[in-house]
Amino acid sequence: MKLPTLREVGTEARLLLIGIPVFLWTMIPIYHMFLFAISPKEDAFSGKLWPDHPTLHNFEIVFKQQHYFLRDFYVQFWNSVVIAAAVGALTLFIATAAAFSISRLKVPGGRVVLNLALFTYFIPAAFLAVPMYRTMGNYGLLNNHWSLILAMVTIASPYAIWVLKQASDKLPVELDEAAVMDGATTLQIFRLVYLPLMMPSLVAIGTYAVLLAWNEYLYAFLLLSNDREITLPVALGNFLAADDSPWELLMTTGFIYALPPAAVYYAFRRYMVGGLTAGAVKS
Amino acid sequence: MAITLSGDQAIPGPPLSSRLTPAQVWGIVLLAPYLLVFLAFVVYPVCYGLWLARAPANYVALYNDPIFARAAINTLIFLVIGINIKMLIALFLSGFFAVQRPWIKWLSVIFILPWAVPSIPTILSVRFMLNPEWGVINHLIFSFTGDDGPNWLNDPTVALSMAIAVHIWKSLPFWTLILITGRLAISHDLFEAAEVDGASWWQKFRYITWPSMQTLYVTCTLLSMIWTLGDFNSVYLLTGGGPADLTHVLATLGIRYLRLDQLSLAMASIVCAMPFVLPLVYFMMKRLSR
Repeated sequence: MKLPTLREVGTEARLLLIGIPVFLWTMIPIYHMFLFAISPKEDAFSGKLWPDHPTLHNFEIVFKQQHYFLRDFYVQFWNSVVIAAAVGALTLFIATAAAFSISRLKVPGGRVVLNLALFTYFIPAAFLAVPMYRTMGNYGLLNNHWSLILAMVTIASPYAIWVLKQASDKLPVELDEAAVMDGATTLQIFRLVYLPLMMPSLVAIGTYAVLLAWNEYLYAFLLLSNDREITLPVALGNFLAADDSPWELLMTTGFIYALPPAAVYYAFRRYMVGGLTAGAVKS
Repeated sequence: MAITLSGDQAIPGPPLSSRLTPAQVWGIVLLAPYLLVFLAFVVYPVCYGLWLARAPANYVALYNDPIFARAAINTLIFLVIGINIKMLIALFLSGFFAVQRPWIKWLSVIFILPWAVPSIPTILSVRFMLNPEWGVINHLIFSFTGDDGPNWLNDPTVALSMAIAVHIWKSLPFWTLILITGRLAISHDLFEAAEVDGASWWQKFRYITWPSMQTLYVTCTLLSMIWTLGDFNSVYLLTGGGPADLTHVLATLGIRYLRLDQLSLAMASIVCAMPFVLPLVYFMMKRLSR
């Protein structure tokens, strides 16, 4: 074994000099949230970096819904799940159909639709929220889960179509041609040739849409208001309305709410990074 | 293949369905769901919103509202200062994360967290950290200096800086990831050749890395501008637009008017951003749809 040279030690030290601040910068807000979740109220408010008596009591309060703000915890959690799942499924359906149509069937006007989708992708989300809110009112969908589902599908689809179209274009045309020679109908090609080959991209897009819907705050906050219809993030926002907000419970609920997307992200990381960043910016 | 029957020419203009192949008919059917969504939730809302904002009186009202002017300036600060700081750090960190070390690989996995977890709990966590009485930051300041720390969210300049910091915290991982992809695409031979010639790290950056990444960097910066314009959470969840409505940006101002039931003002404030947004969108579409 050879000892590291002075130069190597110097390089490592410089790397650490960047790495440590990056680690702290990334983790402090998340650690702070976790710290609150495991602290009794007195410890949380005293600015300690580790509680004297770490406890899971806050989790117990949340899971047993033992606080005024948590009356509908399970209903709201379930709302988040249903809406995220619906947005994932609908986005996948709409975007896959559109990408297949544009890329494989070369439908007339496909290019135009793709550009329209890209245009939507570039409208800042908070800007579209204003007219969208009023439109949902006109459609009579306010306070109905469908308003949030459709709004999120509208926002997720353009990017989904874009990424899936890019991925479709990479599939060899010969596959479709061979299937046609064997007498396959368009739908059979879609189901038996196209979908299996697109699986990795579909997983990436499905995850993207689910996470987008799960993490959404603004649209949920505008479109839903009834306590039993709102999603968990809106409920978290409502905690703030009180003067003496139970911050330790807010952070505990927030921590519980942040776990699924983090888990989903890490489970599908391979697909996500490859599939999503490739489409985000073509260099 | 379309089959032409004899005598077809006699009928002027065959029906649409016979001019399309079955594949094309399926193409239209499969494209229809997205078109419906697009018409119902993009075209109609946007046209309706523009129609609501059409009266010049709205723009006079905005012009006379000091909160609007402040929000416009804040938005500019957010874009010019916030995005450039963020993208420069991302560019720098993409170099750091491209270094091959097991621990750096681990750090890169953790580094994604802010982007992967929802905004609301983490931004509220930062908000509590900045609480002047109970927050951990002022506790630490007090224990080290014996003085009370600043009231972070009470001074508009400080509060806006904190909102920018939160925005950077949240979106830095994404842009770093994209720029790492760009960096890894550069041929390694170039660096090896430069190494042989004894180039310094700055020369390597200046003559190899930057020229290959310049276009990507500019595209990312512009795309980031568009998305930052739509970033409601960083400001709303941290400051709520306060103190005294002095930290609003256009994204939160529009929603503020909306909550005050002034929909035409809300739309008008967004229309005011359009001369700025549309060239960006046009440029991005040209870049991407090449």
